Amino acid sequence: MYAFSYHQPKTVRQAASLLAKNEDGKILAGGQTLLPTMKQRLAAPPALIDLSKVEGLSGIELKGRSLVIGAMTKHAHVATSEIVRQAIPGLADMAGLIGDPAVRNRGTIGGSVANNDPAADYPAACLALGATIITNMRKVPADQFFTGLFETALEPGEVVVKVAFPIVSKAAYAKFRNPASRYAMVGVFVAKRGSDIRVAVTGAGANGVFRATALEEALKKRFSPKSLDGISMPATGINGDIHASPEYRAHLITVMAKRAVTAAIGK
Amino acid sequence: MTMISMTVNGKAVSGNVEPRTLLVQFLRENLRLTGTHVGCDTSQCGACVVHVDGAAVKSCTMLAVSCEGSHVTTIEGLANGTELHPMQAAFREHHGLQCGFCTPGMIMTAVDIVNRKGSTLDEHTIREELEGNICRCTGYHNIVKAVEAGAQAMGAGGMQAAAE
Repeated sequence: MYAFSYHQPKTVRQAASLLAKNEDGKILAGGQTLLPTMKQRLAAPPALIDLSKVEGLSGIELKGRSLVIGAMTKHAHVATSEIVRQAIPGLADMAGLIGDPAVRNRGTIGGSVANNDPAADYPAACLALGATIITNMRKVPADQFFTGLFETALEPGEVVVKVAFPIVSKAAYAKFRNPASRYAMVGVFVAKRGSDIRVAVTGAGANGVFRATALEEALKKRFSPKSLDGISMPATGINGDIHASPEYRAHLITVMAKRAVTAAIGK
Repeated sequence: MTMISMTVNGKAVSGNVEPRTLLVQFLRENLRLTGTHVGCDTSQCGACVVHVDGAAVKSCTMLAVSCEGSHVTTIEGLANGTELHPMQAAFREHHGLQCGFCTPGMIMTAVDIVNRKGSTLDEHTIREELEGNICRCTGYHNIVKAVEAGAQAMGAGGMQAAAE
């Protein structure tokens, strides 16, 4: 890992100002992606701004018809929270599938959405559930937040503070994991709120997380795994690597979507 | 360089480190606590698992400076003098190790499982919970047996938690 300067702000305002002052500086949340990336020298930020001592960034609460999760809330906390389990059980299940127990004790929701790894789980949950990403500057709908591979709508000096999830009637996530990295080869999050059905896919898209509109349309007719029978997703724009070809991943999208719908109906 | 202070295995420690120093480097190189191992160095194998403020973490994927003021427990902090912690004793009794390289991480994870899930653990739970710890010798069978027995012994001993 290359050397960097380290900052430990106490408030979001200080963090934002440090971020604005340190060009190419990075926010350190749980560090479960950033630190390995830096160790491999794939990233060499000259400054790290550690949010761990900022008060009030961690926590889970119900606000009206929304579940609001602080940016520094750990995956383990979301996975085991009774509030999340009651409000959106599919989200708690998803958090429990990230990494492994030790990784879940450090990794955070804010870090996951801000990094927007094309195989991360939270971006799919945010997109399918129609979440709102709340920063120190504004509120950004998930549909506009995830803009590409490791790219988000975050501006320089902008820090994710919370994520708000509207409570849906049915939601579930199905993930086909790479057994070594534990990232999604393909992960599909399905959510139903009234007649609105959203299906988000991670791990597959060459441009990161995306909504599978063909699957959404089919599920609008009837919210059942049978509705997805015979739908094959095109392999264009789908990632291929040593773990799986684009065709295989495309096939997995429908398979995982069916599993997610089955799980959502059972909740 | 940054001056850091934390509590490791119940003792106050401090050191002058570069911000890029990993927690595992600080433990092994500054404090000479070499029981915590570096296996893959990519947060997959779990040989470096320690407890920070009561939670199992991979110390190869955490900065030492982030642990300022924290309570850290390593494998060296489990035994009571020459008396092994029940989880350590169970690994010995049930032949839960061969080369022993993964064992410190396995045991720290196992104690964390008991802290979170209680002392009655079924095989399925143990296998699921050990997914972040890789062993290349044993085939896991005896590790799973050891964790089950160690958990029961911890329960019988009034949940002898680690020194935290």
